Amino acid sequence: MSSAAYLQSFGSYVPARRVDNQALAERTGRAADVIEKTTGILERHYAAEEETVADLGFAAAQDCLTRAGVAASGLGLLLVSSGSAERCFPGPAATIAAKLGLTSAPAIDLPIASAGALIGMALAADLVSRYGNILVVAAEIMSRRIDDADADTAILFGDGAGACLLSRDSGFARIADVALYTDGNFSESLVLPHGGTLAMRGLEVIMQAARKVPRAIVDLLAKNGVAADDVQVFLMHQANRNLLAKIAKELKVPEDRFFTNIASHGNTSSASLLIAAKQWSDSAAVTGPIVFAAFGAGLQWGALLALPV
Amino acid sequence: MSKQPGILKVIHAVADVHQDPTEDESLFADGTLDSFTLPDLVTGLEQEFSVKIPDSDLVPERFDTRRKIEQYLDTLGN
Repeated sequence: MSSAAYLQSFGSYVPARRVDNQALAERTGRAADVIEKTTGILERHYAAEEETVADLGFAAAQDCLTRAGVAASGLGLLLVSSGSAERCFPGPAATIAAKLGLTSAPAIDLPIASAGALIGMALAADLVSRYGNILVVAAEIMSRRIDDADADTAILFGDGAGACLLSRDSGFARIADVALYTDGNFSESLVLPHGGTLAMRGLEVIMQAARKVPRAIVDLLAKNGVAADDVQVFLMHQANRNLLAKIAKELKVPEDRFFTNIASHGNTSSASLLIAAKQWSDSAAVTGPIVFAAFGAGLQWGALLALPV
Repeated sequence: MSKQPGILKVIHAVADVHQDPTEDESLFADGTLDSFTLPDLVTGLEQEFSVKIPDSDLVPERFDTRRKIEQYLDTLGN
């Protein structure tokens, strides 16, 4: 890392509307018990009709800043990831910045689904020395980007937003190292075209994820001299509970070391990592290394190691 | 030498198989393999045949039937 970067707080926002498997069964023709068995998902949250990606992101940003006790005016940079923004440009970053009352701090979009929050955190870790406090927001409304006729995909996704504040001065954990990767040879495996709906070759994606994510984590931990068994918690993009179990098995660590909320939220794409982080941090103190990891469209993936201070 | 006994051994190790699929029967269509068992199949094949399957070859079509699996393994030169 170019200089010290600290995690200060997490925040999240999840829309009130809950959609259970029975409701999706009626729409997709996929039986509710099959949805639960194959995905581990019991329900997911959908945004209200009037809510936008920026609305969700703003709510998560506010939550995060409130928890940190930092005013929006203290931000030097805003990074916003979303794979489901309503328009090509401007993206939600500028809108969220305006809602936060910012008029000149740079607000930059990362149009990256799934791994977007991790990539935002990785970039922020390298940029805090220049910008000071950096707020990373990930916001998604994937429920408007699914096709009920494609049940394999439609049953997975929910809406929500997460946020993370990084600082160069202090925090509850220090970002020790980051590793990001891209393999564009599988870019067609997971696609959301302009004006279209999400198309995913699920088997192809999970074959790649099951191989690439554990390798990224193993390499990062080895590089930093941290044993997988010493990691306090693995905070992951919540794509699929079975994938998390496979990664745990590959790393030879207990599955319960992997925080999961997929049963109650589904896959909220790039937002899921930070929603999970916020929920985990609500009930736990940082006592050991934390690994963040994500995988998704691109293919983009990576891992981030944070150590307690 | 046929790799089918080893392939079947791996399939049995990773999936609930009530009746052995034929060499040309889709392992996905009949539910023998799914998104959860397919990565385990790949790992099992690597161990059973002492080969390394590169990321670039990790596409479901190569593993759809027992025959396709054997044809693919043959290309790895083992």
